[in-house]
Amino acid sequence: MIGCAAAAASGGCSDLTHTSWFRGRFREMSDAEKKDVIADLEKQHSERFAKAVTVGAEPPLEGVEFGYALDISRCIGCRRCVYACVEENNQSRDPQVHWIRVLELDKDKGIDLAHANPYYDAEKVPRDGHFYLPVACQQCQNPPCVKSCPVGATWTEADGIVVIDYDWCIGCRCCMSACPYGARHINLMEPHIPAEELNPKTHYLGNRPRMKGVVEKCTFCIQRVRNGRYPACVEVCPVGARKFGNLLDPSSEVRYVIEHKRVFVLRSELNTRPRFIYFYGL
Amino acid sequence: MKILTPVIVALGLGLNGCGYDAHDGPSWPGVVPAVVQDPDAKVQVPPPPFTEGQFPCSDCHEAGLPVNTTRRVLKTAHEDIVLRHDEQHRWCLDCHDEKDRDKLHLASGETLEFTESYRLCGQCHGDKYRDWRAGVHGRRSGNWNGDKTYLLCVHCHYSHAPAFQPLEPKPAPNAPRGDLR
Repeated sequence: MIGCAAAAASGGCSDLTHTSWFRGRFREMSDAEKKDVIADLEKQHSERFAKAVTVGAEPPLEGVEFGYALDISRCIGCRRCVYACVEENNQSRDPQVHWIRVLELDKDKGIDLAHANPYYDAEKVPRDGHFYLPVACQQCQNPPCVKSCPVGATWTEADGIVVIDYDWCIGCRCCMSACPYGARHINLMEPHIPAEELNPKTHYLGNRPRMKGVVEKCTFCIQRVRNGRYPACVEVCPVGARKFGNLLDPSSEVRYVIEHKRVFVLRSELNTRPRFIYFYGL
Repeated sequence: MKILTPVIVALGLGLNGCGYDAHDGPSWPGVVPAVVQDPDAKVQVPPPPFTEGQFPCSDCHEAGLPVNTTRRVLKTAHEDIVLRHDEQHRWCLDCHDEKDRDKLHLASGETLEFTESYRLCGQCHGDKYRDWRAGVHGRRSGNWNGDKTYLLCVHCHYSHAPAFQPLEPKPAPNAPRGDLR
């Protein structure tokens, strides 16, 4: 396991319990095994970052399937979501990892992903003649990334979140090439997060600190949404373009969007069936 | 929807500079959390933002100032307010009540507190009002399945010139360089 190899290099694995060394896949582990593994992780991370880090393992909520809706007639491309996500989900600052990529598109061309520009720089946004399309994991109902993983390190949870067990990921990047949205990112180098910026409230399948050589992506802020909270990007969006809720609840915000607005999904021709939809609020 | 009656605090309108604290939830300069008066309330709304020193209006307007109901451009006070909100057809007393100076009024004549200004906005912007009540227009924070905080229209849209102002974007991501260490 790359994770353990990395930990061993930094002297961390010597303290691991028997369970951590000989554990199975996270989704096949008993509660007792999970408890041991999580205790090990909390100890490692707390020592490394010199602060109390918690690693949660909250299971999916009953009767919940998460959905997300983004209003592209409101998004102004300010990238507040990108950096709120980095802070909340402990993405590496150096080398830089961003789970959300905001694309700038020409209004004249419409959704022309081949000519989208994620590197736009401007004094103020929105720029005339452009619109903006933030893209992160689409949490597909038919996810090509999951099918392509040779070791079963990524799967769909009962609440619809596609997750990764970083300790089982071998870093082969098959999932990255399978994803048509560019939503998966690999830590090719040792990730660096300043200790004072680390978000200590983590989830095993979400924002716990990752090691070199594993793939990561948006989890709808699994550590927040399984505790009832909105994802960080929803709360930070200054124009209120981001909506989140339970697809199975007829009174939820996402259901209202689906039932009352013009909606679309990205690259519908691929039959990935995203749980992330875009809509026109105007 | 249950709306609280928050304590009115003099505040600057400063949402555009919103910050984010990953550990303690969002923080917006110029907006303070609503005062919880009803423990069963599922929805909280922060107090409306006021320009410092302006509220209550009656501090000046009821100190012997007669009400001039002639439609005009203000020159002796509030000249800093430039109306960019259907200014061809609207002026101060279409929204501000001429009798109770600390209140607004609807087209029907019904007066309402500044904390309920969304009802005034909803008279013309009914489609946005409907979406806002459903949580689809505007920004919410808190819990997707429980208690949450809405913002009033005026937290994001300055009522005298409501068009959303452009923002400075956060830095662009690093472009790939091909020199991975």
